[in-house]
Amino acid sequence: MFGNNTLTEFIFGRLSWQAIPYHEPILVVTFAVVALGGLALLGLITKYRLWGYLWTEWFTSVDHKKIGIMYVVLALVMLLRGFADAIMMRIQQAIAFNGSEGYLNPHHYDQIFSAHGVIMIFFMAMPFVTGLMNYIVPLQIGARDVSFPFLNNFSFWMTTAGAIIIMLSLFVGEFARTGWLAYPPLSGADYSPGVGVDYYIWGLQVAGVGTTLSGINLIATIVKMRAPGMTFMKMPVFTWTSLCTNVLIVATFPILTATLALLTLDRYVGTNFFTNDLGGNPMMYVNLIWIWGHPEVYILILPAFGIFSEVVATFCGKRLFGYASMVYATCVIMILSYIVWLHHFFTMGSGASVNAFFGITTMIISIPTGAKMFNWLFTMYRGRIRYEVPMLWTIGFMVTFVIGGMTGVMLAVPPADFVLHNSLFLIAHFHNVIIGGVVFGLLAGVNYWYPKAFGYRLDPFWGKMSFWFWLIGFYVAFMPLYVLGLMGITRRVSQFEDQSLQIWFVIAAFGAFLIALGIAAFIIQLVVSFLRRDQLRDTTGDPWDGRTLEWSTSSPPPDYNFAFTPVVHDHDSWYDMKRRGYERPLAGFKPIHMPKNTGTGLILAAISVAFAFGMIWYMWWLAALSFVAMLAVAIGHTFNYSRDFHIPAETVTATEDARSQLLAERT
Amino acid sequence: MASTLQAQETDKPEFYLTEDHHPEGSTMLGFWLYLMSDCLIFAVLFATHGVLGRSYAAGPSPADLFDLPLVAVNTAMLLLSSITYGFAMLQMERNAKAETLFWLGVTGVFGAIFLGLELYEFNHLIHEGAGPTRSAFLSSFFTLVGTHGLHVTFGIIWLITLMVQVSMRGLIPENRRRLMCLSMFWHFLDVVWIGVFSFVYLIGVLG
Amino acid sequence: MQSLFKFVGRLFLFLPALALTGCNMVVMSPSGDIAAQQRDLIVVSTVLMLLIIVPVIILTLFFAWRYRHSNESAPYDPEWHHSTRLEVVIWSAPLAIIIALGAVTWISTHKLDPYRPLDRLDAERAIPAETKPLTVEVVALDWKWLFFYPDYGIATVNEMAAPVDVPINFKITASSVMNSFYVPALAGMIYAMPGMQTKLHAVINKEGAYDGLSSNYSGDGFSHMRFKFHGLQQAGFDQWVARVKTQGTALSRDAYLKLEKPSAKEPVRYFASVEDGLFNAILNMCARPGQMCMSEMMHIDMAGGGGTESHDSRSRLEYDNRHAGEVSHGAASPGATFPATGNPARSPEPAEGVDAPHQPSQTPIQQDMHEGHATPGSAPGGPAAPQMNQPGATQP
Repeated sequence: MFGNNTLTEFIFGRLSWQAIPYHEPILVVTFAVVALGGLALLGLITKYRLWGYLWTEWFTSVDHKKIGIMYVVLALVMLLRGFADAIMMRIQQAIAFNGSEGYLNPHHYDQIFSAHGVIMIFFMAMPFVTGLMNYIVPLQIGARDVSFPFLNNFSFWMTTAGAIIIMLSLFVGEFARTGWLAYPPLSGADYSPGVGVDYYIWGLQVAGVGTTLSGINLIATIVKMRAPGMTFMKMPVFTWTSLCTNVLIVATFPILTATLALLTLDRYVGTNFFTNDLGGNPMMYVNLIWIWGHPEVYILILPAFGIFSEVVATFCGKRLFGYASMVYATCVIMILSYIVWLHHFFTMGSGASVNAFFGITTMIISIPTGAKMFNWLFTMYRGRIRYEVPMLWTIGFMVTFVIGGMTGVMLAVPPADFVLHNSLFLIAHFHNVIIGGVVFGLLAGVNYWYPKAFGYRLDPFWGKMSFWFWLIGFYVAFMPLYVLGLMGITRRVSQFEDQSLQIWFVIAAFGAFLIALGIAAFIIQLVVSFLRRDQLRDTTGDPWDGRTLEWSTSSPPPDYNFAFTPVVHDHDSWYDMKRRGYERPLAGFKPIHMPKNTGTGLILAAISVAFAFGMIWYMWWLAALSFVAMLAVAIGHTFNYSRDFHIPAETVTATEDARSQLLAERT
Repeated sequence: MASTLQAQETDKPEFYLTEDHHPEGSTMLGFWLYLMSDCLIFAVLFATHGVLGRSYAAGPSPADLFDLPLVAVNTAMLLLSSITYGFAMLQMERNAKAETLFWLGVTGVFGAIFLGLELYEFNHLIHEGAGPTRSAFLSSFFTLVGTHGLHVTFGIIWLITLMVQVSMRGLIPENRRRLMCLSMFWHFLDVVWIGVFSFVYLIGVLG
Repeated sequence: MQSLFKFVGRLFLFLPALALTGCNMVVMSPSGDIAAQQRDLIVVSTVLMLLIIVPVIILTLFFAWRYRHSNESAPYDPEWHHSTRLEVVIWSAPLAIIIALGAVTWISTHKLDPYRPLDRLDAERAIPAETKPLTVEVVALDWKWLFFYPDYGIATVNEMAAPVDVPINFKITASSVMNSFYVPALAGMIYAMPGMQTKLHAVINKEGAYDGLSSNYSGDGFSHMRFKFHGLQQAGFDQWVARVKTQGTALSRDAYLKLEKPSAKEPVRYFASVEDGLFNAILNMCARPGQMCMSEMMHIDMAGGGGTESHDSRSRLEYDNRHAGEVSHGAASPGATFPATGNPARSPEPAEGVDAPHQPSQTPIQQDMHEGHATPGSAPGGPAAPQMNQPGATQP
């Protein structure tokens, strides 16, 4: 009997039937929906015999374009999950008044707000940004792929593996109940003994590997693979912001990795880094995590700034105003973002001089940001603005973001922060900049570059519906939170006593439903556009009269992006080429050297999930086995020396001829 | 306006390369970036040790625990391994496969001795009741030194892999590139160790 | 230019007006001088920034309308992309605002440093020479507040009072995880952290019952970690102290150790006497008999550590696992087995009273707590009606 128990414990660690939340009706229904949906999807794939296609053309692909698209798909799936969490919180806060517990007990509610933050930042915004950078940057710099194509595939699957680990926590065990940054001592072994924090740690660590490697990859790509003639000061602004973002990624994600590793040691080994006792120092965790956390904000917003810069120049039919100051502003923001982290905890009781220093450095960031805002403004001045959907998002951003910037500077004044910190005012502020800045930017980017990736435009009607629902929904959902913050209401509260607050939460919940309609309209937009793809077809490769190199090739671009490497003479090189009478080369194609697909990235990531699962549930044999397997697969991969091939010249000629025909049909 | 356009049209420049374009390799840059990211992990661990290095929790301090002569021997092993790796690279330049392999082997042995001494030290400390859970100081000590040791372990696994690959395929360009990367990695670990030796051991005991 | 000033002036009037209407924006209309100055700072910084935000929004919308594609009459200049004069303006305008705001920040951060003793009662009144500040020692427990009044030898749970126009010196700590002590009407928040002491200086200027709360998430019972802060006239405060003394029980170390165990929705409780040095023991994490105090540990560390023969100090310093293996009724929550450290879990269950439907509502611990205390009739585990617990509280 006893022996039997130890054997079970050896095999399953602390995993037992109780870990399956069958007593939580919400989770059971969710599971049923996910399971049925998943089965239906798998059935469809099997029925249409798509497995082989998906495996060879997508999962094992090292093509930066396909990896970029897969990143965005991952981000959209996780957006739905993260948004479901948001709606649940809004409903809970709208009904949990007057002694009512609402429909979520704290145990469940606390997991939801932790998961919402983690998912939205790490598994929605990050993959979305990385996906767009992956797709666009090599095209903008006239390259055929990134520097390390295999690494790119591996990075994507590691990010996905992290997302899978986080999603597993929904149905097996629980998620962290600590908030999205898991401050110790609350997240330590003694105060959070369950698996929740372990899911958090391993999900982020696995995804973090992918993020760091993709950052290294994109820096190397931008530095080394630019087309001849493209000096740094002739790079498109989106490429510039991507470069700065990836520098920030490489310079900060290791800090997150190390910090979480220390927390892991505290939890698994019993070290005393962040414990109350035996000399540990929880405040150090808060410092370290924000040294990563604040630059992370700029990792997300800088590419969005880049997207707006491209969009505003294109749709105003005008070169971007103040290119150089835009670049300098980006670099200044990149550097300053490193010396402001303490503003996330002015209330920890650092001295007045320390607080004032970090408050003022924070405010200084608003100077380059303000300069950027004016640059966009003066790009519009004396332009001819076409109100396509990406431009609508840009105008919506400019108006919304300055409000978020203003409240941000308010929070940067330490004494004002003392009354606003951790309040719903803070929540409203960062949603104001993340939705109004990052999300609007990403949606502008999707609408802008979608025709490049798929060869047809997105339906503008549903795009506009999506925009207006998002914009109005955002204001209805978050302006009440500003008010509530000024009423002294703080974050992460699941039940309220003061009845007079309820109306504000009800309004906010209504706003969240408007945003839900915005998301629905976006999905409808994707479906409708697919159905109407023949009417929306773009055969030119340049539907918006674009200005940068990605518009010079066909839509979707061929595997090799450019039959001949472009030579750059000026900013906005494609505009320059069009203006000076560029003629597309029609003959003389040569074989093109390309990397081969490989499944190693996916296999390594799958083993990582098993490893993380073993660690989370204390199934040590599984962890050890998968660790060894991971090493073996990685080493085995290095014994494969034939990693590239040549696309024959005939194939290139055929592809280019097909395009010539399409272009000819059009005229 | 129109005249400038026309003027530019007459001297229409080249807009694409008709020859195959080969951007210079990015491996070294990429690997260097990786090393810098790794360096940040060590930076965090050093900073942590800086904060917690005197939190003994009423327990033993560096002066009670560290055996400086042993650590000096250990340091010598790692420094020697860096030199022998340098010899291996010189032989690689001369395209001498057997000599390269020999010096790589010597490097691996020095690395293994280093690891062995470190494990001996750890074992000794844990038996004295000064394990990583004793105090915040010891937590940070074991983590910093252990992380370095873990890197050396992976370096040795990588070294063995490369030795197999060199003996299988010779000093082909791919293998040379890999040897260069490992060389950067190995010297990087050396530099980090000098930091560990000075800041953790020397200043710990003497400072 | 004059119209601009007028406009800004109107905004200045508009903001407080907004604050006072309808919803009760306590942050914008506080009752303590510190919070009032913090409010002023919010207003000043908002107005300063609106100087640039409003023109930007107006220009954005104006340009968006004027240079729309269909408006052929607007000038179109596709090559215009640089103007040194404009660039100087767009960098220096935000710079000027930030210089102004930076100066305000530097001064106000030092003036409103929570560690700095007060130098006035409000904008008009200095502190009378004979005034003796009130000291309150605050402990954030899981999940309730414990207040010590060392000048009076009393303590309370989840209720505090202070006389109006008397400076209050708060000394703040916590027992297990990070919390934040926040009375919006009185002053800004400050973290409460175990093993550490933070400070706050504030004064309440108006009588009334105000909300106090933890504003930093601390686990299951966090949502109900609230208390009432009573601003009372001196006479009323004296009465309150007297009531605590007559109705309260004694707070010994034992009583504290029971109180310290996780529980939520705790009713108000009074303690007429407090064991000597209890707050210090809590602060130094040595309220439990046999524990080594942090201060002693730091002293040993300063002297170069305790040497290799100090094994027993380790167990005397262990603190975080103090509730190991205690509450374990009902089914264990998912995955809540012992961590690999060998430290048994503290409490895998959600807090008492938080998750009522899932568990028995009455535990031995709670029964203990209800003994001899002043509020009969509040159902254990159920939501406590806060007003019930405050006889004689003055309403604003």
